[in-house]
Amino acid sequence: MGSIWQEIEKRILVLDGAMGTMLQDYNFSEEDFRGERFKDYSSPLKGNNDLLSLTQPGAISEIHRKYFEAGADIVETNTFSGTTIAMADYHLEDLVYELNYESAKIAKKVAEEFSKSDPNKPRFVAGSIGPTNRTASMSPDVNDPGYRAVTFNDLRVAYRLQVEGLLDGGVDLLLVETVFDTLNAKAALFAIDEVLEERNIQVPIMVSGTITDASGRTLSGQTVEAFLASVSHIPLLSVGFNCALGADQLKPYLQNLSSKTEFYTSAHPNAGLPNAFGEYEQTPKQMQALIESYLQDNIVNIIGGCCGTNPKHIKAIADVAKNYQPRKANQYA
Amino acid sequence: MLKSKPKYLTLSGLEPLVITPNTNFVNVGERTNVTGSRKFLRLIKEGNFTEAIEVARNQVEGGAQIIDVNMDEGLLDGKEAMVTFLNLIASEPDIARVPLMIDSSKWEIIEAGLQVVQGKSIVNSISLKEGEEQFIKQARLVKRYGAAVIVMAFDEVGQADTYQRRVDICKKSYDVLVNKVGFPPQDIIFDPNIFPVATGLEEHRKNALDFFKATKWIRENLPHVNVSGGVSNVSFSFRGNNTVREAINAAFLYHAIQHGMTLGIVNPEMLEVYDSIPKDLLDRVEAVLFDKSEDATERLLDFAESLKGQKKEKESVVQEWRSEDLQSRITHSLVKGIDKFIIEDVEEARLASSKPIEVIEGNLMTGMGVVGDLFGSGKMFLPQVVKSARVMKKAVAYLQPYIELEKNEKASYSGKILMATVKGDVHDIGKNIVSVVLGCNNYEIIDLGVMVPPEKIIEVAIKEKVDVIGLSGLITPSLDEMVYLSQELEKKSINIPLLIGGATTSKAHTSVKIAPHYNHTVVHVNDASRAVTVVGDLLKKDNVLYKSQIREEYDLFREKFLNRSKKKEFLSLEKARENQLKIDWKTSEIHKPKQMGVQTIQDFDISKLVDFIDWSPFFRSWDLHGKYPNILNDAIVGEQAIQLFADAQELLDRIINEKLLKAKAVFGLFKANTINIDDIEFFYGEEENLKGTFLTLRQQLKKKEGASNFALSDFIAPKETGKQDYIGCFCVTTGFGTQELAEQFEKDLDDYNSIMIKALADRLVEAFAEYLHEQVRKDHWGYASDEKLTNSELIKENYKGIRPAPGYPACPDHLEKHTIWEVLQVKENIGVTLTESLAMWPAASVSGYYFANKQAKYFGLGKMKQDQVEDYSKRRNINKEEAQKWLNPNIAYE
Repeated sequence: MGSIWQEIEKRILVLDGAMGTMLQDYNFSEEDFRGERFKDYSSPLKGNNDLLSLTQPGAISEIHRKYFEAGADIVETNTFSGTTIAMADYHLEDLVYELNYESAKIAKKVAEEFSKSDPNKPRFVAGSIGPTNRTASMSPDVNDPGYRAVTFNDLRVAYRLQVEGLLDGGVDLLLVETVFDTLNAKAALFAIDEVLEERNIQVPIMVSGTITDASGRTLSGQTVEAFLASVSHIPLLSVGFNCALGADQLKPYLQNLSSKTEFYTSAHPNAGLPNAFGEYEQTPKQMQALIESYLQDNIVNIIGGCCGTNPKHIKAIADVAKNYQPRKANQYA
Repeated sequence: MLKSKPKYLTLSGLEPLVITPNTNFVNVGERTNVTGSRKFLRLIKEGNFTEAIEVARNQVEGGAQIIDVNMDEGLLDGKEAMVTFLNLIASEPDIARVPLMIDSSKWEIIEAGLQVVQGKSIVNSISLKEGEEQFIKQARLVKRYGAAVIVMAFDEVGQADTYQRRVDICKKSYDVLVNKVGFPPQDIIFDPNIFPVATGLEEHRKNALDFFKATKWIRENLPHVNVSGGVSNVSFSFRGNNTVREAINAAFLYHAIQHGMTLGIVNPEMLEVYDSIPKDLLDRVEAVLFDKSEDATERLLDFAESLKGQKKEKESVVQEWRSEDLQSRITHSLVKGIDKFIIEDVEEARLASSKPIEVIEGNLMTGMGVVGDLFGSGKMFLPQVVKSARVMKKAVAYLQPYIELEKNEKASYSGKILMATVKGDVHDIGKNIVSVVLGCNNYEIIDLGVMVPPEKIIEVAIKEKVDVIGLSGLITPSLDEMVYLSQELEKKSINIPLLIGGATTSKAHTSVKIAPHYNHTVVHVNDASRAVTVVGDLLKKDNVLYKSQIREEYDLFREKFLNRSKKKEFLSLEKARENQLKIDWKTSEIHKPKQMGVQTIQDFDISKLVDFIDWSPFFRSWDLHGKYPNILNDAIVGEQAIQLFADAQELLDRIINEKLLKAKAVFGLFKANTINIDDIEFFYGEEENLKGTFLTLRQQLKKKEGASNFALSDFIAPKETGKQDYIGCFCVTTGFGTQELAEQFEKDLDDYNSIMIKALADRLVEAFAEYLHEQVRKDHWGYASDEKLTNSELIKENYKGIRPAPGYPACPDHLEKHTIWEVLQVKENIGVTLTESLAMWPAASVSGYYFANKQAKYFGLGKMKQDQVEDYSKRRNINKEEAQKWLNPNIAYE
């Protein structure tokens, strides 16, 4: 099987779409979330999507399969909230390693099936590492700006555990995503760097930030270039943006990023902006047209979807992606 | 064409800083360093982080592109201080935009700092001092934290102090970092040690030269790295002799940059401009820096001695500048604000020129150009500039009769600016300062004064073909006047850039309320130095881009502002009233005033007010920022603050001795109860048979659990409690005489004192309000007869009871002044009147209420919703449009 470094030279790689949006369709109840194993658990578990890797593994494999069928080259593990910090809400800190390990295994198994049936198109699993629900460089209390709800060290320790689980479960790459506070991401990168050094291995790393609004900045206030400068100290496979914006709003920031970085670039935007009811209305066709403009401008190497996207969106994206040459990294115009 | 991306040092705070070959020298701010700034050390020791942050802000505003933070002090918990300070800075976007330099000799402090910054910062510093192993370990961590690093030329033997040692250590460090650690070479910054020169010791003779040579070698032989250094150290042996120190620093910096130094720590206060170092001094300094001769140090020392001698004999210094050439003398007078010799110099210039106008356009403008440049670069401060303007005016006035003899002559200005305080408003200190400063920069100023109707502004603007209109105002109704004026300009298709300034104006108001009505340029300008840059940019020939940038900036700002304000949650008026502050009236103490009814003070002894003056706002009105009395010792503005304070004392003495101003007051205490939750009913008149009502407004912003939605009425017992409560109101003034004095000063071409008298009158009336409040608390009402507070405690409002003023945050409704005027017969009793916008005349007047309840406190009303506006209009018995007009600044956008 070819490495991702070879594949990314050859073609534009397609990342999967939303996991949460897909899970909504299953309408899982509290009982479904609990499964047999957590039947008598003391606190409510509904909404803990990561837990479904243990209690409803069939649904998770099915979603991965649908995305591979739609043409995705990379799927993300169901581990967006797989840290002790994010799991504290459900009092499931002790389960973090297992969640990551099992989620990685589920995704890897599906990926291997597809790779085997079409060896010319190897499929990859990216371990999804979310931002947690706390910020290390902002205070949650406006009256106490010096306060921090989480420290760099808390994050580093939490991310280490997640990374260990993902790697042991067999992921091919690590994706630090939806970065709204760059300091959180730096803690994740720190943890990854530590683990890789200890194991003496190399695993490709993707970083994907989030521009929260038309200010063109991350939630923690950085511009595109400042964000890029802050995460470029580790050799990355790719840097990019996801979430918060639709493909059209995201484009200028991606364009800017693409012109400034030596790394490959990625984007997985939302299916447009949500309407008044929080629903995403952008159709696969609409999104396809927008993504095609990324491809025409040659600003992206890895392209997928975030909130509101489903396998139809990914298929539409994959259909156009194959018509274009990939952007060259390490060079700039 | 594709090419490989070059490797540049790329840093970031909230914004990036890329250091390329085209980047000018990058200045690192050094005031937030406890080892270098006594003031900063004191603030950190006292735990006064609020002011410590201001130090950082001043650095960034002053142009520092990186700020160095150092907390290495024996008595501090350096780690904690570093983390606290960096965390606080992180929530100040205008500081956090620049990258940080985390500076410590202790690794644990550096690491603690690295863990709290999201951007790419610089570690200052690591070195081979403790051996290669330690060096590698620290470098690996720096890399993993994502920072760049300063590497000192230091090894186990010691600090590199020769050319060869510098080169050897830097080379070795580079090889270890790049080859063993994999450190990106562009993230390495070498500090090859700047040591003092001219120490008299033989081994120090090549200190500067070796630094230059080593710097050059490093830049040529170690690819992608930068070189940095702490400049002030070089002149250390001349401390106490600033002339020489500044010259050495400047010359050293100049040559260091030539040799490849790219960034460094420089105290701008300790730096002469290279080009303006006197030739003989420069020669001697450069001889030392480049070790040109055996006796270089001695020659510089001799020179330094002779400078010292000059300073002792002040007279002879005066003689010296008087013997310089004519232009230098005129420039000197203007820069130093000396008017003693200006007439004789101008006369000499006039005789030497073919036309008198040439003296203005040549000699005087050259001098004012220097003033403008110094002010623009932060080397002169506002009070100095105003003094310069005074000298300039005197010179121009002297020339005027000669110019008029020759017809068809007119001075050529860079542009014509109309300045006005809008209709209904009388406040003009800020406007006058901006006028003076623009005047200094060769703009012709047409100052229409105060209370200028919009028709007049437009008429003059058209007739005089002005280039810019500057509008000023202090009270809130003035904001609407500005909106109105912009609409009128738009209707008449007039395209003249508008400048908006004054205490209540804001970028938010300008972008949300004015910009949408005016299709041309409108800019909010809140200080004099910014006015100069903005007007300069606006009047450039090629200003299309600047104007469109301004427009874009304001559009974006508005959008963000509106989005933000939408997110706030409000309560309905009904719910807000339910959540009022509920004082337990059963137990709350109510004190019956000793002396009911209205009283007046006709001619109060102003000397009694001096101790009550809060001086900090006085300095602020002159753009000198800092708290009194600390401001007098401030490293940057201290000297100016002392001078300004001395001038203020001088005029204050005159005010008192010559009785130049009159202080008057009227106040009254009345029976009162709250009715219908938000209204305060009270009884006045000799028989206490006249009924009046104060209307209060209630906060509607949704509060945290347990916090109340305040209105002033909450502090007075409701009628239904059956308890008799009381309220007071007052008006004080020290403004009578101000206008006449200001006009007199202006006639004498003395803008400095014209502004000074107004600024002082403002301080005096605030002091009077404070004084009277104390008298009322202790005596007339008497509820705090045993109160003993110092002036600073008074300023901090440590007393019981409040004196909120209509038009200010707790009760923004100016219409309440009508009620106060009626009850106290203010106009009849002390002569203070109200303009159509309800500004008080004379301007130095204060009016307000007295509340005595111990739970009474100041609060800001914030925004209210339409339901309260409607309710208020019914209570006030006016139509909704009018209510909206008066309450406009406090209405939440729908």
